[in-house]
Amino acid sequence: MEIVFPSNPHPAGTPSGVPAPPLENTSPSKVRRKDGDSLFRLVTLGSALVIPLLIAGLFVSLTDMSMPSIRHFGLKFILSSAWNPVKHDFGALSSIYGTLISTLIAMVIAVPLSLAIALFQVELIPPRLGRFIGSSIELLAAIPSIIYGMWGLFVFAPFMADHVQPFLADITGTLPFFQGPPMGIGLLTAGLILALMILPFITSVASDVFRMVPVQLKESAYGMGSTTFEVARKVTLRYGIDGIVGAAFLGLGRALGETMAVTFVIGNSHKISTSLFTGANSIASTLANEFTEASDPLYLSSLVELGLILLVITIGVQILSQLWLKRMRGKSGRGL
Amino acid sequence: MKKFLTTLFMTAFVLVMAHAGFGMTINGAGATFPYPVYAQWAYKYEKLKGVKLNYQSIGSGGGIAQIKAKTVDFGASDAPLKAEALEKFGLIQFPMIMGGVVPVVHIKGVGPGKMRLSPEVLADIFLGKIKTWNDPAIRKLNPGLVLPDKNITVVHRADGSGTTWIFTNYLDKVSKEWHAKVGTGKAVSWPAGVGGKGNEGVSAYVQKVNGGIGYVEYAYALQNKLAHVLLKNRAGKFVAPTIKTFQSAAANADWAHAPGFYMVLTDQPGEKSWPITGASFILVYKVQKKPETGKAVLAFFDWAYRHGAQIAMKLDYVPIPEKVVRLVEATWKKEIKDTKGHPLWK
Repeated sequence: MEIVFPSNPHPAGTPSGVPAPPLENTSPSKVRRKDGDSLFRLVTLGSALVIPLLIAGLFVSLTDMSMPSIRHFGLKFILSSAWNPVKHDFGALSSIYGTLISTLIAMVIAVPLSLAIALFQVELIPPRLGRFIGSSIELLAAIPSIIYGMWGLFVFAPFMADHVQPFLADITGTLPFFQGPPMGIGLLTAGLILALMILPFITSVASDVFRMVPVQLKESAYGMGSTTFEVARKVTLRYGIDGIVGAAFLGLGRALGETMAVTFVIGNSHKISTSLFTGANSIASTLANEFTEASDPLYLSSLVELGLILLVITIGVQILSQLWLKRMRGKSGRGL
Repeated sequence: MKKFLTTLFMTAFVLVMAHAGFGMTINGAGATFPYPVYAQWAYKYEKLKGVKLNYQSIGSGGGIAQIKAKTVDFGASDAPLKAEALEKFGLIQFPMIMGGVVPVVHIKGVGPGKMRLSPEVLADIFLGKIKTWNDPAIRKLNPGLVLPDKNITVVHRADGSGTTWIFTNYLDKVSKEWHAKVGTGKAVSWPAGVGGKGNEGVSAYVQKVNGGIGYVEYAYALQNKLAHVLLKNRAGKFVAPTIKTFQSAAANADWAHAPGFYMVLTDQPGEKSWPITGASFILVYKVQKKPETGKAVLAFFDWAYRHGAQIAMKLDYVPIPEKVVRLVEATWKKEIKDTKGHPLWK
């Protein structure tokens, strides 16, 4: 994710003060006709239209396919945590709960960590080393999610069960979040894996944002005797706050829809529990697990409605993040 | 670019020609449980007879949906369809291969075949009523074992599965409370525990969680050396899951009086019968619009019945007993016809 920096007042090719020489006999319309530009325009327009059409089509077909479930359960679908394929009683609450809580855990961990990494990368080390760290973090983003899932199940979950979960249960005592047998899988593990997966996205955007902070501002702060920490806290972070929120939204969008890695470690049970050690499920993991064998029409339709809910949540988050990023770009342009 | 396109077209052309020219292709889809053995049979059969079998293991539910939509020549399902459903869609079904579902445990110091469980205790564990391994009910069945004061973690399938169908069908039969609260299904509302995706997911969870109990296919338990339990069968004997005890369950079942071969092999009589045995079924149309393909499908399964036992047993599956095969082929003769009403199988 590259942040566009729209503040160059002198576009290449027209140095200020020197007017561009007038082009003879080439009005724009003539050029267009000659080069078949209108055809080109049409083709690109058609290609560009494919995307909104696809999204609209997705919405329409998902809504259409979930109609039986929407009619049968109504609003109760979102409020009920029942999930009983034998008795044809379905509700989305446990899946929505698992999706939101695992994402929340991921955000709580990944956002501060990414900011620390980005600050270190931009402020504290030589640019060349910073770029090296930057590209290794981006490599982390290239790892397929199933690899995270397998690593999570075979390496990370036993580690959680043997070390992290008993430790947490010990130090928190009777706090309801860390109760139950330490199985190594469950909401907490899923949240941690998700945190690891969205870390590179947030770090990469955040470091771009931090690089946008005008050097003059930082230099003046240093000149007034600020420590590095003070500069980071009072100048860099404050200047980039909008960009940071945008970055967090990007990570959020990805965490909400993550499927394979979560399915491996979340424990896949349709229950709502305050303890983060117990098995739960997310919308995406429920879909991944149950789609193949859902032969009953109402079952299938309920799964599709779950998908629709996820689509609505994800698109909502994306729209919010786009709006935020747009606002931030406008602001930073003015700020310079 | 031109050269590239030419190559592309040539390749496509050659592929299409090769496809059309080389024998016949049978298409099937369905259950994942028998996939390894169907794939092996298909490989061998293609080498011998030049008929290609394309089997997609998309799940039993998918298999039933595909055959109803007539996109495949046969469907495969781990859960049999009831006779009325078969009648409604004009299908017939027959058992093709068998296997067993095996409860496996992970308790320190308890090896394969050491833990004894009764149907009632197994049901109570999966109902979440028995919560620790040193519960008096478990200790009573296992006087020789040192059982820890460890929480029981129930592991079930997270995905819909024929294995789950067979397992819950068994619990449904042996426990009134299970019947009232949960029932039988490819996916059910589990009263306790966590879910793993596929046999590999369940076995990974059981192996990772000390105090875990789950259920997997026999072949899977065997190949991964999981600690299976001994189960008390209907005759009151503790039996181990082996090919012999599965075959005993199948042989003691009353196939001749099962309309549409609707037969669930759980909790069958017989001193040597493993109580959680299941068959995987094939679904085909009674009226075959393409008689040539229909004949090829039956010929393949006939070959598999007669010559596929070795391959099946090598993969730890259980071949269908001969007396059942005779019943199946008699049904083929009687029921499967082409559009003009001539029998397809002679």
